[in-house]
Amino acid sequence: MKVREIAEALNAEILCGFDGLDTEISCAFGSDLMSDVLAFVKGKTVLLTGLINQQVIRTAEMADLSAIVFVRGKKPEEDIIRLAQENNIIVLLTRDTLYSASGKLYARGLAGIQLD
Amino acid sequence: MEQMKYTFNVEKDDFVLAGQASSNIKKLLRQLGIDSGIIRRLAIATYEAEINIVIHSLGGCIELEIDPSYIRVIAADRGPGIEDIDLAMQEGYSTATDKAREMGFGAGMGLPNMKRNSDRFYVRSEKGKGTVITIEMALKAGA
Repeated sequence: MKVREIAEALNAEILCGFDGLDTEISCAFGSDLMSDVLAFVKGKTVLLTGLINQQVIRTAEMADLSAIVFVRGKKPEEDIIRLAQENNIIVLLTRDTLYSASGKLYARGLAGIQLD
Repeated sequence: MEQMKYTFNVEKDDFVLAGQASSNIKKLLRQLGIDSGIIRRLAIATYEAEINIVIHSLGGCIELEIDPSYIRVIAADRGPGIEDIDLAMQEGYSTATDKAREMGFGAGMGLPNMKRNSDRFYVRSEKGKGTVITIEMALKAGA
């Protein structure tokens, strides 16, 4: 699924990464716990989270995540968006809750990650 | 390629700048053309170590050593040390502060995840003095 399709499905605002909307995403992970993102996520993954701080971007950077969707309409501060921009991470913002956003993407065929 | 060494300072309780050392290390390794899978694993392990310094210590530093046959990261801090390393290596065991949890950490996955993402991993800790974590990645088979 392309990032563009994720944005459409969630009626999301694109906060940065307009150049990357055609990036292919193969799976999704929803969590407010960055420790678990670092422990479980691999590959072309989009992270859905309601946690808004610099460490979400750092976590995405370290784990090579392509995109982040901030849920529950929680808009990050400018410096957080700038950090994402610097690291070529696409950031979307949706008013959906984590549960609803996950459900919409799952129903459209975007799989969750497989734990080892 | 000659051996190269870099040192990055890490401040305690600075949750805004936390991750900057790991980010610099990741970018440096990318410029050197290191395999992206190796960079990813090392970046995750280094970042976990950096977050641990921010959360648990009085401050410390991360040393990066790049050799033709290996990359070594040494994360050393001053602080209380780890009371029971075997317990800390268990998934789910955590002594993180509320502030750390607010930032999305403290799930008790840090040390085991560092080990999982390293080719070689050592923890040395002295109570009341601090902790030294060594993470090594081999760049050539058998290194």
